[in-house]
Amino acid sequence: MYKFNYQQPSSVEEAIALFKSSEDPKFISGGMTLLPTMKLRLAQPSDLIDLNAVADFAGITASENTLTIGAGTRHADVAGSDVVGRMIPALAHLADSIGDPQVRNRGTIGGSIANNDPAADYPAGVLGLNATVVTDRREIAADDFFAGMFETVLEDDEIVIAVRFPVPKRAAYVKFPNPASRYAVVGVMVAECAGAIRVAVTGAGPCVYRFTAMEAALSKDFSSDAIKGIPCEQDGLNEDIHASAEYRAHLVGVIAQRAVAAAG
Amino acid sequence: MKVQLSVNGREVEAEAETRTLLVDLLRDELRLTGTHVGCDTSQCGACVVHVDGRSVKSCTLLAAQANGCEVTTIEGLADGDQLHPLQAAFKEEHGLQCGFCTPGMIMSSADLLSRNTDPSEKEIRDWLEGNICRCTGYHNIVKAVQTAAKQMRD
Ligand SMILES: Cc1cc2nc3c(=O)[nH]c(=O)nc-3n(C[C@H](O)[C@H](O)[C@H](O)COP(=O)(O)OP(=O)(O)OC[C@H]3O[C@@H](n4cnc5c(N)ncnc54)[C@H](O)[C@@H]3O)c2cc1C
Ligand code: FES
Ligand code: FES
Repeated sequence: MYKFNYQQPSSVEEAIALFKSSEDPKFISGGMTLLPTMKLRLAQPSDLIDLNAVADFAGITASENTLTIGAGTRHADVAGSDVVGRMIPALAHLADSIGDPQVRNRGTIGGSIANNDPAADYPAGVLGLNATVVTDRREIAADDFFAGMFETVLEDDEIVIAVRFPVPKRAAYVKFPNPASRYAVVGVMVAECAGAIRVAVTGAGPCVYRFTAMEAALSKDFSSDAIKGIPCEQDGLNEDIHASAEYRAHLVGVIAQRAVAAAG
Repeated sequence: MKVQLSVNGREVEAEAETRTLLVDLLRDELRLTGTHVGCDTSQCGACVVHVDGRSVKSCTLLAAQANGCEVTTIEGLADGDQLHPLQAAFKEEHGLQCGFCTPGMIMSSADLLSRNTDPSEKEIRDWLEGNICRCTGYHNIVKAVQTAAKQMRD
């Protein structure tokens, strides 16, 4: 790792002020993406601004029909939370499928969605469940948040504070994990919320996306048969040593059907 | 910067660069070389220690981030000459060959057994997802964790 200055602010305001006064800063939360990147010298921030000491950054609060998860909440705490398990079991299951226990003990939901890895799980959860991303300065609908490969609409000095999930009538997340990293080769979140069906796909393309043809078919008939014949274009899908675009396109259909069956 | 932490019950204070990883502080400054480094990519789990009661990869945590925390390493498990049940079971069940992965395997398993005193084979295998062993083929590691779990229950 290259040298950097390390700061540990205790409030969001202080974190943003430090960010503004630094040359080439980066926020760090769980560090499960940023530190490996820095170790490989693929990133070299001048300043690391650690969000872990920010007050009220982690925690889960529930109201009658929404669940709000603080940005600093670790994957293990979402996976193990009774409230999440009761209100949105698909989300607890998604968090429990990330990486391994030690990654889940540090990694956070805010870091995961800010990073927007094309193969990450939470983006599918946030988009599929129609969540709202709450930052220090605004609220962003999931449909507007994810902008492209490793890109979101967040400004450089903008901090994700929490993610607010409406409680769905039913939902399920199924992924085909890469056997080495556990990242999604393809992962699909299917949800029915406020009468609308959403199907969000991660891993397949450069950025998480909604499969609207499947959503339309499922709105008429919520069954895995209803989406069986729907073609998935391979144009623009990811192609790497793990899977070809053709294989990923095929997986999207299979995994989506499994998710629909699991959502019941 | 100055880093203060409790390691295996002992209060320590060390001077560290901000970029010093916890594992390097443990190995190079505190000479606790039981914690190993097996990869550069946060994947192998050879470096697993407990920070405030949770297993973490000490190669992916800055020493500065462990400031004020309680750290337990493999050196902190035995009670004098009395091996921890997991250490004894790894020996008994041949849960190691070269031993490189063993400290991480044991620290990770200790975290599992603190949450689940009677894990199934599947639960053990799932939990050890982040610990890679190049030698044993895992079977005897799983057996060792089961043996230790049983011993700790009895
Ligand atoms: C071995 C391994 C396996 C993994 N497997 C999976 C997997 O199967 N599925 C999966 O989805 N992920 C996986 N991950 C990634 C993991 O989930 C990370 O925790 C996550 O991607 C990043 O979260 P973090 O809190 O660690 O973020 P950090 O690494 O701290 O930060 C990542 C980026 O987000 C920014 N950031 C962090 N917090 C905020 C915030 N609150 N507001 C604004 N910006 C912020 C940082 O500046 C940085 O650019 C894996 C990681 C490892 C090391
Ligand atoms: S040394 Fe490989 S995960 Fe830490
Ligand atoms: S015993 Fe050699 S790596 Fe596990």
